[in-house]
Amino acid sequence: MTNGINRRQFIRLAGFGAAGAGLAYSGLNPWGLSAHADLTHTGSGVREIPTFCELCFWKCGVIAKVKDGRIIKLEGHPGHPLSNGRLCPRGNGGTGLTYDKDRLRQPLIRAKKRGEDVFREVTWDDALDHIAEKMIYIRDEWSADCFALFNHGYGATFIKHLIKAYGSHSIAAPSYAQCRGPREVGFDLTFGEEVLSPERTDIVNTRMLVLIGSHLGENMHNTQVQEFADAISNGAKLVVVDPRHSVAAGKADWYLPIKPATDIALLLAWMNVIINEDLYDKEYVDKYTVGFEQLVQHVKSYSPEKVWTITGIKPELIRRTAREMGHQKPAVLIHPGRHVTWYGDDTQRSRAIAILNALLGSWGRKGGFFYPGELDVPKPETPPYPKPSFDRVDLQIKNYPLAYNTLASGLCDATFPAPQTNCQLKAWFVYGTNLVHSLPKPQQTMEAMQHLKFLVVSDVLPMEIVGWADVVLPDATYLERYDDLHVGRFREPFVALRQPVIEPMYDTRPPWWVAKELAKRLNLDSYFPWDNIEQYLDNRLATVGLKLSDLKRDGVKVFPRQPLYFEDGIQPEFFTNSGKIELYSSSLAAHGYDPIPVYTEHGEPPQGYYRLLFGRAPVHTFGRTTNNPVLNRVIDSNEVWVNRRVAEEWSLENGGDVILKNQDGVESSPVRIKVTERIRSDCVYMVHGFGHKAKRLTNKKGANDSDLITRYNTDPIMGGTGMNVNFVTFVT
Amino acid sequence: MARYGMVIDTHRCVGCHSCVISCFMENSVPEGYKRDWIVEVVSGEFPNFRSEIRSERCNHCDNPPCVFVCPCGASYVEEGTGTVLVHNEKCTGCKACIAACPYDARFINPAGFADKCTFCDHRVKDGLLPGCATTCPTKAINFGDLDQPGSHLHKLMHDRSVKSLKPSAGTGPNVYYLL
Repeated sequence: MTNGINRRQFIRLAGFGAAGAGLAYSGLNPWGLSAHADLTHTGSGVREIPTFCELCFWKCGVIAKVKDGRIIKLEGHPGHPLSNGRLCPRGNGGTGLTYDKDRLRQPLIRAKKRGEDVFREVTWDDALDHIAEKMIYIRDEWSADCFALFNHGYGATFIKHLIKAYGSHSIAAPSYAQCRGPREVGFDLTFGEEVLSPERTDIVNTRMLVLIGSHLGENMHNTQVQEFADAISNGAKLVVVDPRHSVAAGKADWYLPIKPATDIALLLAWMNVIINEDLYDKEYVDKYTVGFEQLVQHVKSYSPEKVWTITGIKPELIRRTAREMGHQKPAVLIHPGRHVTWYGDDTQRSRAIAILNALLGSWGRKGGFFYPGELDVPKPETPPYPKPSFDRVDLQIKNYPLAYNTLASGLCDATFPAPQTNCQLKAWFVYGTNLVHSLPKPQQTMEAMQHLKFLVVSDVLPMEIVGWADVVLPDATYLERYDDLHVGRFREPFVALRQPVIEPMYDTRPPWWVAKELAKRLNLDSYFPWDNIEQYLDNRLATVGLKLSDLKRDGVKVFPRQPLYFEDGIQPEFFTNSGKIELYSSSLAAHGYDPIPVYTEHGEPPQGYYRLLFGRAPVHTFGRTTNNPVLNRVIDSNEVWVNRRVAEEWSLENGGDVILKNQDGVESSPVRIKVTERIRSDCVYMVHGFGHKAKRLTNKKGANDSDLITRYNTDPIMGGTGMNVNFVTFVT
Repeated sequence: MARYGMVIDTHRCVGCHSCVISCFMENSVPEGYKRDWIVEVVSGEFPNFRSEIRSERCNHCDNPPCVFVCPCGASYVEEGTGTVLVHNEKCTGCKACIAACPYDARFINPAGFADKCTFCDHRVKDGLLPGCATTCPTKAINFGDLDQPGSHLHKLMHDRSVKSLKPSAGTGPNVYYLL
């Protein structure tokens, strides 16, 4: 039973309060849980409509309460495996997006020079005709591949399909090269599978959780945080490695305030202890891995004493935590993190995390990494996509052999004229990602946009990127639209429906409609073989024996759990070169990279400068939500965390404002100072996403860390942009 | 008779503010005000800290000073539940209760009456948990009848060390924190 209050108890309890309170429960809802009324309940004129969230990309199930055509509340869907009846603060405040008065209300076409942010209102027909005309022009004049799509979020599904049907494969999301890409490559090289989203981390069952820079609790991926709290209550040991004393660190058994950029050394020292003291899972290592002997030789030189001098973590603490891992194995989870593009050797750091997990035997084991459920919900058959005329436009300037997904930063680079570029990008379609904030080096992004022949932006809000567009498409929010089905893979596989809970406001349209309308204009109708989205969804659901009407009522259908671990019947199979878990990576060796991760030094901040670190607040999803008036009632700005001694040196006062200046002389907007013991003296920290400058956004408070990220280290293996390599000082 | 209360687990709470934002929506809390809020207390020196995160609200006290000082009988203790409530229509907005509350739990709603957490009495009467307890992602907020022997609240308090806020004020708070 959830929340410690079971249904029987609660009826008894509530019976004191009001006669007939038990009646509210006489009809059990389909999930038999107590905290929610029956979904079909229509008393007091409130309709309860299930859908799924888009305030971040976790896709929690939501029950929207709608009265007189207005959404009055959003609650967690009790039957959805990712929300379990609960929502994070952003999900709770989702109406703030739909009812944001700054919303884009009508299609726009640029009226003055690009970037001057001056537009005239047009009809949807005008806007779509114009886009289709430009798409044909670019395909005829150059190639469809010279038309790129940048996207983020589930609404992009049909737009991606359209762009592929049109003939372009230049499609990227910044969630790869600017976020979790290195992790997926590192794990794939080791286990032959990716970590995926939602992460296949068995936090609820773990006996020991190790977080390396991962700030669960401030990073509010709902299910992960639910399980994090359960793990703490279950008495799981918690190690937090972070230069900043995060919320998670406040709950840790061991807090390791590591010197930034030295995590690989710590990971190798842990391996050193675990191997030297015979604490690894011998049977697992013998049976499933290759390269153990090379690993043994490799980690010999990383003694805790030596690594102390690198990381600042005392040898006894390194040993103590390593021994605990050995003691708790295999239910030990060295968490792979999510935003992992830090220093440019991030694939190697992710490899080190993967190898440590392998030594402890946690992959495929209870309390480690589970195997997510499989579910096939086929899409209607459409003609094959045209073959690309150019291979990987994003890799023209520089090739990254293991970049499995397209690099958003690579597409940006390919927009500049360069001799080695065969397909210089001529046009961008940007759906739901404010590239000026989400890519490093914003100046470079802005210059790239000046090279374009054409730029379409679809968004809900007038973000910075919107000001650069030639055509602006006002998107319907997730609460106003259908999207494609979400076929989710967690412990149980499930299929969830996003459906409109209110009609689209203003002259906004859902992206499926935009894609289908453009297809019509491009003679690509055969790729959209349905009359309307409901027909598409109904047909697709029929492949798994469901009807749209079922999902409109229930929101989600959860399928039976399949085996999760080796111990309950998963046949271990590793899709690596060797067919085994690769402690020594033959693939990296073949490409000339370190087959076992090596610690390399990164630059130190110059005198008077501090490494700029950034992260998240629980109430926001970076710049996407920082204009949300509901969420901003709680946190409407960021602050810069400064160590107390550093603050004294600079005479910085807690609560005062300061301007940060980076190593290239770029200055931030003024940002509030948080003087704290809770951060090392060699770095400062900010929440990412504030400091908007777009003229039609209401909330411009705080400073934008992206402005200060004028440098990044590119991961040579997969092209990720390590952004924690900038140093700032204070302008006084 | 019941005595409604909350037992809030500071180990589970991450201070995410889901309780605060769901309360805004559930209770149409006016802009600029909160009926519940987060307090994070961190003590110690780098790197050895103690931290405690609490979701705070009206304590629905056994001896509520806000009720005692109310000159017009607007603030009252609900019979049968122990919940401290306000008759909005009787309240003149004199702020005596605000001055009396040691927890700073009350504010004057711009519509002219003293406002605060009601333990979502409207939901509880419908057999639902308060909004904050319903949505809390970490299940840190436990609601129920403190007078019911053997209840889950008692079990929680039996197994852990517990504190309430400002017990020396003599108010008899009914919101407890697990440490």
